[in-house]
Amino acid sequence: MSTRPEADVLPSQSTIQGAAVAGRSLWQDAFRRFLRNKAAMSGVVVVGILATLSVLVPILSPHGIEDIYWDSILVPPSIGSGFWFGTDVNGRDLLVRCFYAGRISLTIGVLATSVALCIGVIFGAVAGFSGGNTDNFMMRFVDVLYALPTLFFIIILVTVLGASNIFFVFMCIGALQWLTMARIVRGQTLSVKRRDYLMAAHAIGLPTTRILSRYIVPNVTGPVIVYVTLLIPINILIESYLSFLGLGVQEPLTSWGLLISQGAAELESAPWLLIFPATLLTITLFAFNFIGDGLRDAFDPKDR
Amino acid sequence: MFGYILNRLAISIPTIFVIIVLSFFIIKLAPGGPFDDDAEVPDEVRANLEAAYNLDRPVIVQLGLYMGGLLKGDLGPSFVFRDQNVADIIRTGFPVSAKVGLSAIFLGAIIGMFVGLIAALRKNSALDYTIMTVAMTGIAVPTFVTAPFLALIFGLYLSLLPIAGWGDGQIRNMVLPVVALALPKIGTIARVTRGAILDVMRAAHVRTARAKGLPEHLVIRRHILRAGMLPVVSYLGPSIAGVMTGSVIIETIFALPGIGRAFVEASLNRDYPVVMGITIVYAIIIISMNLLVDILYRFLDPRIREG
Repeated sequence: MSTRPEADVLPSQSTIQGAAVAGRSLWQDAFRRFLRNKAAMSGVVVVGILATLSVLVPILSPHGIEDIYWDSILVPPSIGSGFWFGTDVNGRDLLVRCFYAGRISLTIGVLATSVALCIGVIFGAVAGFSGGNTDNFMMRFVDVLYALPTLFFIIILVTVLGASNIFFVFMCIGALQWLTMARIVRGQTLSVKRRDYLMAAHAIGLPTTRILSRYIVPNVTGPVIVYVTLLIPINILIESYLSFLGLGVQEPLTSWGLLISQGAAELESAPWLLIFPATLLTITLFAFNFIGDGLRDAFDPKDR
Repeated sequence: MFGYILNRLAISIPTIFVIIVLSFFIIKLAPGGPFDDDAEVPDEVRANLEAAYNLDRPVIVQLGLYMGGLLKGDLGPSFVFRDQNVADIIRTGFPVSAKVGLSAIFLGAIIGMFVGLIAALRKNSALDYTIMTVAMTGIAVPTFVTAPFLALIFGLYLSLLPIAGWGDGQIRNMVLPVVALALPKIGTIARVTRGAILDVMRAAHVRTARAKGLPEHLVIRRHILRAGMLPVVSYLGPSIAGVMTGSVIIETIFALPGIGRAFVEASLNRDYPVVMGITIVYAIIIISMNLLVDILYRFLDPRIREG
């Protein structure tokens, strides 16, 4: 860990000499550092492209998700046949199915993460801000839940609730994924609370709501955003995992996990059925992880 | 040290209790009873069935009975397989899962540490970058993608190993599941090892060892390796949990008769007692492993032991 100040944190010569000294906030700094991180930016581009294609797939593709071509069953991928990713056992276009699956997988990843975000931030902020016994009790509760085998509980929940409403099930996943978020928010809140400027804010009699919005929230936001980008791929992976086992998304809907599971069953005769969805899933996981790492470096340069 | 162990036990036991109560109530919330599918059952028969499984008693009493049974190693009957109870299912499946899981952890630890050490000693070389890229890929590609490909290449194209099945647990049948399960472990352990070794190499005691003229191989063996292994040990606890959840996928793909597959089948059949029994057993294993690793860690690292 070096103590050398980052060159771009220091105001450049021209700013100092300029008439109007434009201050640059932590956020602008972070944003600049993020833009300069090649891995993270390529992650953003990849996720952007995948998301756009997934959203626009009904408009862009000549094939519908349920279109069946009886004379083109298990056609290998080729540009000439019009089936770029090939077709599946039912003669459906794999490319279209992959991006429809992307819709579901990405939505579930984001949805489950937002649930985790809401619960985790509120729980962690209350614990950290209250302190004392409340904090102690709340964090003990988190410790106990931490020991739960999460995946097993998710499978129990899915078993019990049935996969009838898949989005509800995946919101339950989010409801089991908020623990780390709560720990991060609580830790950050506690450390801000001990700072002198917060004591000063208390001393001049600022109301609690203002202290929260002015000092606590901005300090907590960075780590939370980083963790959110890292939680999305985890939730996408859990969805694929469940769908692969037959416990998640069911036909006629489809997701990357379900496509991979169908592809694994036809691996001998049609390996492309596994290769394409698996590649898309892996690329997405990589991309989100690069974005997360990039954000971490951007918000916390001294950690590099 | 003894006080620490007691303290940790005092946290672990309520945790296991919470897990049991939580899974019990989630399953009680499930819509539909276990006998709903049996059409045309007269009311008296249904009442008898429910009485036989204590389903007519208040929920709290049912929980009490379940916990009482648990202490005696009785996890209740399976709703689907009428001739087997949950303890039987776990007893037959556990040796298979344990064999595969422990072999995978062993393989992951050995290869991961070795590769991570090489990457750290050749820091920023082409070899280092190659190892770390491969490790990253091993972590990012999910087991349910690597496992079918391994089966395709080594089972089908090269016909070297069986594609699936357990046989009598011969090595041949174990290779592919163990390798598939170990790949992400190798990747993670390599990364953890590399980071840890690089940290230690900057430490003062290593500089001192070099300064007093100790040969490099002894510096590595006595000073760098020993301290560098600590984070790896602390990673092994959670990684055992990871191997267990991974085994659910692996056992399903390779059709191994372990408890992971039993869990998925029970879940698809809505065989609640089996699902719950296996969850509890897994939870107890995970918690004990974490406890064991924490204690081991304290034992290995004098800085924590004294503090």
